[in-house]
Amino acid sequence: MIKVRFFAMLKNKTGKEEVNLSVPDNITLEKLKAILKNEFPAIAEFIERKSIMISVNQEFATNTTIIKDGDEVALLPPFSGG
Amino acid sequence: MDLVRIQKQDFDINKEVELVKAASKSIGGVVSFLGAGRDISKGEQITMLDFEHYPGMAEKKLQEIRERALKNFNIIEMGIVHRIGEIDIGENIVLIIAAAQHRNDAFMACEWAIAELKRITPIWKRETTKKGEVWVEEHP
Repeated sequence: MIKVRFFAMLKNKTGKEEVNLSVPDNITLEKLKAILKNEFPAIAEFIERKSIMISVNQEFATNTTIIKDGDEVALLPPFSGG
Repeated sequence: MDLVRIQKQDFDINKEVELVKAASKSIGGVVSFLGAGRDISKGEQITMLDFEHYPGMAEKKLQEIRERALKNFNIIEMGIVHRIGEIDIGENIVLIIAAAQHRNDAFMACEWAIAELKRITPIWKRETTKKGEVWVEEHP
């Protein structure tokens, strides 16, 4: 089970702040993105965008990052702080 | 008080400068960047701002910016404060203070830090206009 968190516009589009998801253990972030696109079609096009960053356990992740049981994955729209 | 903070309440610029200056008597130049709530964005009138952050990660990234600034620039201390929640037009949003022996290092570190904050810190701004509320990234 992993936790997936949504922020800003992605929270509005999914209508959720976070969800717990059962996914196969030790999959890559690339595979997880495919699962997320199926689970949350409302944000599928955003997951595809290069401007959306994804963090795993609060560190920026890449497509080859391995997702383990208990991880916290967050979908981060382009930042606009400052 | 911590030099790096994310908070709802406003900050006092003089107090923040004193906090940074307390690091050393060798400080001879202090440069600050203050970001404030603007009433216009892409031609639209803005009436209110609201900032959301990723608790934990956003604080960590600001700490990381301070540590990298101290490592990569010839500065003595740096403070970073960012506000979250609802912010009225004209109110303070963010303050970066860089302190060095000499001004040039402080200017360079301060400019780098605000650019890096915008690039890597998970904070998002929502603007309220007459047409409704808009997350800023929806209009790249």
